[in-house]
Amino acid sequence: MGAYVAGRLLHVLPVVIGVSLLVFLIGHLTPGDPVALMFGLEAGADPELMASIRRELGLDQPLHIQYLRFLGGLARGDLGRSIRTGDKVVREIQARLPATAELALSALLISVAIGVTAGVISAAYRNSGFDYASTFGALFGVSVPAFWLGLMLMYFLAVRVPLFPVSGRAMPLVQALGLSLTGEFWQFGMAARHLVLPAITLGLPSAALVARLTRSAMLEVLGQDYVRTARAKGLGERTVLYRHALRNAMIPVVTMVGLQFGFLLGGAVITESVFAWPGIGRLVVQAIQQRDFPLAQGIVMIVALIFVLVNLLVDLAYGALDPRVRYR
Amino acid sequence: MGRTRQWLRRLRGHPRVIVGGVILLLVTFLAVFAPVLAPHDPTSQRLELSMQRRVAGFPLGTDEFGRCIWSRLLYGARISLSVGMVAVGIGATIGGFLGLVAGLWGGRLDSIVMRLMDVMLAIPGILLAIAIVAALGPGMFNVMVAVGVSSVPAYARLVRGSVLVVRETEYIEAVRALGARMGRIAARHVVPNIFAPVMVVASMQMGSAILAAAGLSFLGLGAQPPTPEWGTMLSRGREFLRVAPHIPTYPGLAIFVTVIGFNFIGDGLRDLLDPRLKL
Repeated sequence: MGAYVAGRLLHVLPVVIGVSLLVFLIGHLTPGDPVALMFGLEAGADPELMASIRRELGLDQPLHIQYLRFLGGLARGDLGRSIRTGDKVVREIQARLPATAELALSALLISVAIGVTAGVISAAYRNSGFDYASTFGALFGVSVPAFWLGLMLMYFLAVRVPLFPVSGRAMPLVQALGLSLTGEFWQFGMAARHLVLPAITLGLPSAALVARLTRSAMLEVLGQDYVRTARAKGLGERTVLYRHALRNAMIPVVTMVGLQFGFLLGGAVITESVFAWPGIGRLVVQAIQQRDFPLAQGIVMIVALIFVLVNLLVDLAYGALDPRVRYR
Repeated sequence: MGRTRQWLRRLRGHPRVIVGGVILLLVTFLAVFAPVLAPHDPTSQRLELSMQRRVAGFPLGTDEFGRCIWSRLLYGARISLSVGMVAVGIGATIGGFLGLVAGLWGGRLDSIVMRLMDVMLAIPGILLAIAIVAALGPGMFNVMVAVGVSSVPAYARLVRGSVLVVRETEYIEAVRALGARMGRIAARHVVPNIFAPVMVVASMQMGSAILAAAGLSFLGLGAQPPTPEWGTMLSRGREFLRVAPHIPTYPGLAIFVTVIGFNFIGDGLRDLLDPRLKL
């Protein structure tokens, strides 16, 4: 297992360096001078002020020096300062990341709960009415535009029937949980109600993918000899399904769920914009609209790092779940 | 004739391909004949008729500027279909070429290409597209490039995987033994044999590309008003969700139906062309 872990870590390092180079290059693809763009190309911007900002951001240096400084900063946990606010990019991300994590994790929970349940039932009752309904539901789920689904949920469940708030975030769920322990239960209810619609919007399309994969993985496992053996020795269908089939079918699903987390972080950009959810997804769109490139670059970099880390953890979990992987 | 009939017979067992095909034929028809079918100019405003759900001569009502939503949807279909085709074209061509080269030549070239793809895959697709379009500047063409480029790794991996399987087959060994050059082997013998999975993924990617492009427009990075693009229409219309919900509803429905069409075809084709790919 040690060699496997070391191998995976060695694989991750070049990817991280490559991602930093890619993100850096994309940031510097922008035609024109970012400082001039920041001033909105207004005539009359003080050239000395612009030159000093350029110097401060290191933009007067050759490209490779700028990249090495970016990489060095990244290693020290320093992603520069936002052009608009002057605050440290890392601090801005830190302030917004918990909201995105809360949203993405809730969406992941919805996606796994619905996806795995629907996938298992579909496989167990293959070609039944439920199977057809679930297969079509999954196809609809992957085809629906998230921003539209969000607006429709908002219209029907927040505007027409005001079950949930239209948008925004009340407070961090963890904080609300703490308050509810001191007797203020309504705080938790309020925080959770704000989270429901964005989490469903983000989680449903992903649930569709998980359902499809779970179904196919279960069908494959159910055809294996050891499942036939389990049935032949007289085990109940439920035991066969959950003890023998589901456990083995979960291996590809775990990988998929890891990948889904990355897609959820990406999808959060749109969902957060629909529901005015104060996370990094909305922040990156604002940064791009305001041409705050250090902030935008920093967010893309951090999301990529989280994604790489989650995939590494999934790979390690995969190795722990399935001994065959370790010796491949 | 015999071949067509054979194909049609095979299609009969795959209703999804037929349903998807019908949806897409309809959308294409509406897009192509938009100038004839649209009752109004998609950008002409009639402020006195703004935000009407039902009004004579406007089949789906009007938007906040009194423009005909139906006419805008018809013209929007042209944009969405072109976005899908161009983005998939870019992704499949670049990704397919990289995958082919990596798979056939192998060795160091393979490692370099695949590590590059790993790097691109480490950034979630929509975020990569957003970053690219932010660098290139907003606009529909840049959106197509961004969505296309962000889908390159998917094709590269798929094609490489398929090439690795085909490369080991006996018929490739045979043409190699006959002294065929690599370029000829790739074009004449490998590409035709990996066409099926690429077709399936491409048709599914058409749907994803349309979704991604509409998403970018929704965020204000794609088509700019007054272009009748579905994502932009939805984005503008959401401000009127309370008072005129029909404005954001129709463009979303149009995206949904079109994407379903592509996904139906992709799903059906997968079963039809290569049952082993069945998820």
